[in-house]
Amino acid sequence: MIELKNICYDAKDGNSKEILKDISLTFNENKITVITGPNGSGKSTLAKILMGILKPSSGEIWYNGKNITNYTIDQRAKLGFSFGFQQPITFKGLTVKDLLDIASNKKNTLSVACEYLSKVGLCAKDYINRQIDNKLSGGELKRIEIAMVLAKNGEVNIFDEPEAGIDLWSFEQLIKIFKEQNSTSIIISHQSKIIDIADRVILLKNGKVEHIGTKEQVMPLIEQQKCKKLKESEI
Amino acid sequence: MNEITKDLLEQVANLHDIPQGAFNIRENGKALARQNTNEIEIISKKDKDGIDIVVQPNTKNKSVHIPVIVSVGGFDDLVYNDFYIGDNSDILIVAGCGIHNTTDQKSSHNGIHTFHIGKNCKVKYIEKHLGIGNNNTDKILNPITNIEVGENSVFEMDTIQLGGVSYSKRDTSAELKNNATLLITEKILTTNKDIAQTNFNVNLFGYNSKVEVVSRSVAKNKSKQSFYSNLIGKNKCFGHVECDGVISESAQITSTPKIVAKNVDAELVHEAAIGKISEEQITKLMTLGLDKESAEQKIIEGFLK
Repeated sequence: MIELKNICYDAKDGNSKEILKDISLTFNENKITVITGPNGSGKSTLAKILMGILKPSSGEIWYNGKNITNYTIDQRAKLGFSFGFQQPITFKGLTVKDLLDIASNKKNTLSVACEYLSKVGLCAKDYINRQIDNKLSGGELKRIEIAMVLAKNGEVNIFDEPEAGIDLWSFEQLIKIFKEQNSTSIIISHQSKIIDIADRVILLKNGKVEHIGTKEQVMPLIEQQKCKKLKESEI
Repeated sequence: MNEITKDLLEQVANLHDIPQGAFNIRENGKALARQNTNEIEIISKKDKDGIDIVVQPNTKNKSVHIPVIVSVGGFDDLVYNDFYIGDNSDILIVAGCGIHNTTDQKSSHNGIHTFHIGKNCKVKYIEKHLGIGNNNTDKILNPITNIEVGENSVFEMDTIQLGGVSYSKRDTSAELKNNATLLITEKILTTNKDIAQTNFNVNLFGYNSKVEVVSRSVAKNKSKQSFYSNLIGKNKCFGHVECDGVISESAQITSTPKIVAKNVDAELVHEAAIGKISEEQITKLMTLGLDKESAEQKIIEGFLK
């Protein structure tokens, strides 16, 4: 179980801005939680704080009874946390196989590496030795990003907008992967199809938790917000 | 052959044992071993130190290894190697030089290689350079490579400096005939106070000739690297230079890619980027479980792979 206790985060880009305001949440084992909310509500910041990419200004993070607030990214990775980036990172020289090996902390046989890639709809022989660079399309990079999370086989999988830049076929496949995961999944998403598979949905607004509930409870609130925004833009 | 020589041969020429095919192993200015085949003949030069490597036309899928070892201090090696590759050949040439110097006197190797590539050939040339031993003693390597790529031929050159070379100056010149292709990949690692200079001069004379130069350099500590390339397009041709450098600590890299179009159908491109390892890349590998130092190491390894 993951517990966030009174998490605050202030951005320090010249003018200090409060991005997250006193967030307290728990994430239970093997459940899918989708965190949604309008742009600028602090969703991605929260995901990065969970992974240790950003340090909270105050508050604590506990995992299975242990205070991990000061754990580095790699220490959390070793505890079983993994993170799928919204914008996959590219490398000159490192190949798909290299990163799958790092993710699973072993030299994968070709057939095992192929399994991960097949699950995200990539033909392994075409990709296994490809460099993870800008010659790959955004969709290909995103699929490889998700294959890495699969290879890591973590206990806590955090995905920051996994649907961004992905084609329809891959999107359906992505939903299937999330359903099959036997792990705690925390997914940042706007997509109703992803919200559909959530055990629990958290609605963030202006850095605060606006609502926690089932998709049936939260979806009408999201629709209301969308309508309000639309009306405001018409005025 | 002692263990040091064996180790160097493995590192610079991937030789675990006596190679298949033709070879000439040079140690401290003398031929240690040589083997000719029906298709590839290695002949000692009469007027100066060095060898001619003559590959008969139509030689397919054969290799020739000509590694050089310098394992003593106070030794300046100078050698001329000329390659004559017959038409329609497809061969692999592995050169490279390893310097092992535990003394306090500098040692150097100056290898002057000239390639005469016939028509319709496919030649892959790999050279690795490495220096080991006393960190405070100069280990100097100055390779000069002159290449004539014949009509419809492809010459692929991988040149790699693995580290420990305190000073190197590599000069590569090439002339390309009609439909000739030259592919150069250079990878250089410098540390401490090493200095590495690279100069590429490529003349694209031939119609539809093509050159691709990819240079990846990593400069650490107080080392300095400079990269200069000059592509001259004199016909309908294509040339592309890509120079990427990674620096850390107080290291410096200078990149000067020059392109000169002397024909309206010449298409020449250069790209150059220098910077430290990106924080995003380190973060990504840390999310996969590597600590910061291992992540940096992995990124460099990949970059120079």
